[in-house]
Amino acid sequence: MLVAFSVGRYPVSPSQLWELLWAKATRSPSALPAALETVVFRVRGPRVLSAIVIGAALAAAGSAYQGLFRNPLVSPDILGVSTGAALGATLGIFFSWGVAGIQGLAFTLGLATVALVYAMGTALRRHDPILVLVLAGIVVGTLLGSCISLLKYLADPYNQLPAITFWLLGSFSSITTVDLIAILPGVLVGLIPLWLMRWRMNVMTLSEEEALSLGVDTRRIRLLVIAAATLMTAAAVSVSGVIGWIGLLVPHFARLLVGPDFARLLPAAMLLGAGYLVAVDTLARTIAPLEIPLGVLTAFIGAPFFIWLLAVSRRGWQ
Amino acid sequence: MRLDVSDLAFGYPGHDVGREVTLALEGGEVLCLLGPNGGGKTTLFKTILRLLAPRHGRVAVDGEPIADWSRGRLARIFGYVPQAQLGVFPFTVAEIALMGRTAHIGPFATPSRGDRAVAEEMLATLGIHHLASRSYTEISGGERQLTLIARALAQEPAILVMDEPTASLDFGNQVRVLTEIERLAGRGIAVMLSTHDPDHAFLCADRVALLHHGRLARVGRPGEVITRESLREVYGVEVTVTEVTRADGRTARVCVPALGERGILPGHPGHPS
Repeated sequence: MLVAFSVGRYPVSPSQLWELLWAKATRSPSALPAALETVVFRVRGPRVLSAIVIGAALAAAGSAYQGLFRNPLVSPDILGVSTGAALGATLGIFFSWGVAGIQGLAFTLGLATVALVYAMGTALRRHDPILVLVLAGIVVGTLLGSCISLLKYLADPYNQLPAITFWLLGSFSSITTVDLIAILPGVLVGLIPLWLMRWRMNVMTLSEEEALSLGVDTRRIRLLVIAAATLMTAAAVSVSGVIGWIGLLVPHFARLLVGPDFARLLPAAMLLGAGYLVAVDTLARTIAPLEIPLGVLTAFIGAPFFIWLLAVSRRGWQ
Repeated sequence: MRLDVSDLAFGYPGHDVGREVTLALEGGEVLCLLGPNGGGKTTLFKTILRLLAPRHGRVAVDGEPIADWSRGRLARIFGYVPQAQLGVFPFTVAEIALMGRTAHIGPFATPSRGDRAVAEEMLATLGIHHLASRSYTEISGGERQLTLIARALAQEPAILVMDEPTASLDFGNQVRVLTEIERLAGRGIAVMLSTHDPDHAFLCADRVALLHHGRLARVGRPGEVITRESLREVYGVEVTVTEVTRADGRTARVCVPALGERGILPGHPGHPS
């Protein structure tokens, strides 16, 4: 985090950072140039904090989805919540709505997409439910992807198209404190039920009949967890754009470290997710003169890492 | 505690697997369900546990129908030992057993120290305490079965339903589980189990129900139900039922099948002709 605050086009030394924070806290004037203050509080501050919140949110949602669907390959992306949210955001940009409108539409369509995918998964009971779920997610995701392509085709190429493209690649470059404040309630409201149900979530990873016979009202809990995880994901991607891989990869890594118990898995995944996204975002804005889109970088790092995880993990997705 | 199953029809949407099943089970009693593969034993159990909706008839505990009971209330009365299945995530044996406490814990709470003590006690009872920190996905099928029994016992149920609890166990563990069943019944728990081995029914059951073509062909004391004639009828094999003296001094009946031409009856699969 310290590194993330310090490096960039305007380097800030740790002592300067401390001085700025101290000056802010005591409301006393600082001897440092105003540009540095702007960098730290207006640009880099919200950016680093957003990366923490969004990384934690995506990792938490991924952990919840994987447990709920008893499938370690499920991530918010595979179920189409990100694509649904992306379509919502694209629509919002297309109609030139404000931040709240874009975020609201992203959330609504994200939830609607998961509901649709899940309804398809349960309707086709005759097949392996996990397979149907993943396939339904891919089908719906592809369909929504086509809708996004259509909107890009129809969008104003000078204003809207670049905004949509940037959004789809994922970026923190235009994030402000207002964005951060806007997503916090969604993330927190989503996080609370996940944390409260941490024990029930363990039981939910068993088969449906086992969970029922152990006294868990699976339908109600599933609905609540999906709503919570979708709320977190939609809130996160509505400001940062599509950032893949975190929801899939980080829970695996966390499980490797602390085991599958959700009470330990959730905080571990959130910490790792936050750290990973801050690190990746710092890389994204420093390794090249031109900022690299975040979604591209998470995939470049995530894909080989995931293959490595598969290679070292034993049976049972340790 | 008394379980009443009356005129139950069970199966899946669109077709009945079985019907007209009427049973009663008292606390302290062991009821053994025998029947061929595909005879509907698992489906019957799932319907009694309300994991499947009954197609007809009703299930009642102490005269009260369970149709509108909450899952939590059901789980505090009924413990269920399904046929062992592999989980997706590598929980430890202790964590799996602890999940049996779920119905005794509030929806947003986590297991207390007391809950952990109960789960550990059940692991010790079944002689698998040494596996507590092993991963459930890495132990053998028999050990997994014992873990599931420990989990069901941790529910502290009044009625324990076990689907072929001895199926994947070695001989020693079969004896262990049968002993445990006898002990549970001695503590007043009503036990209902299915098995493929009529000898197990002779060993542990107070009553035997023979499920054939989805109906209860016979219900009664083991000696009355498990006979040469009934086994011929249900399994299509020739069996000698005889009596032996056990090491504990009690007598027990055992079934010994004949093999080959004289063993499998004409008109049944596997008959040599």
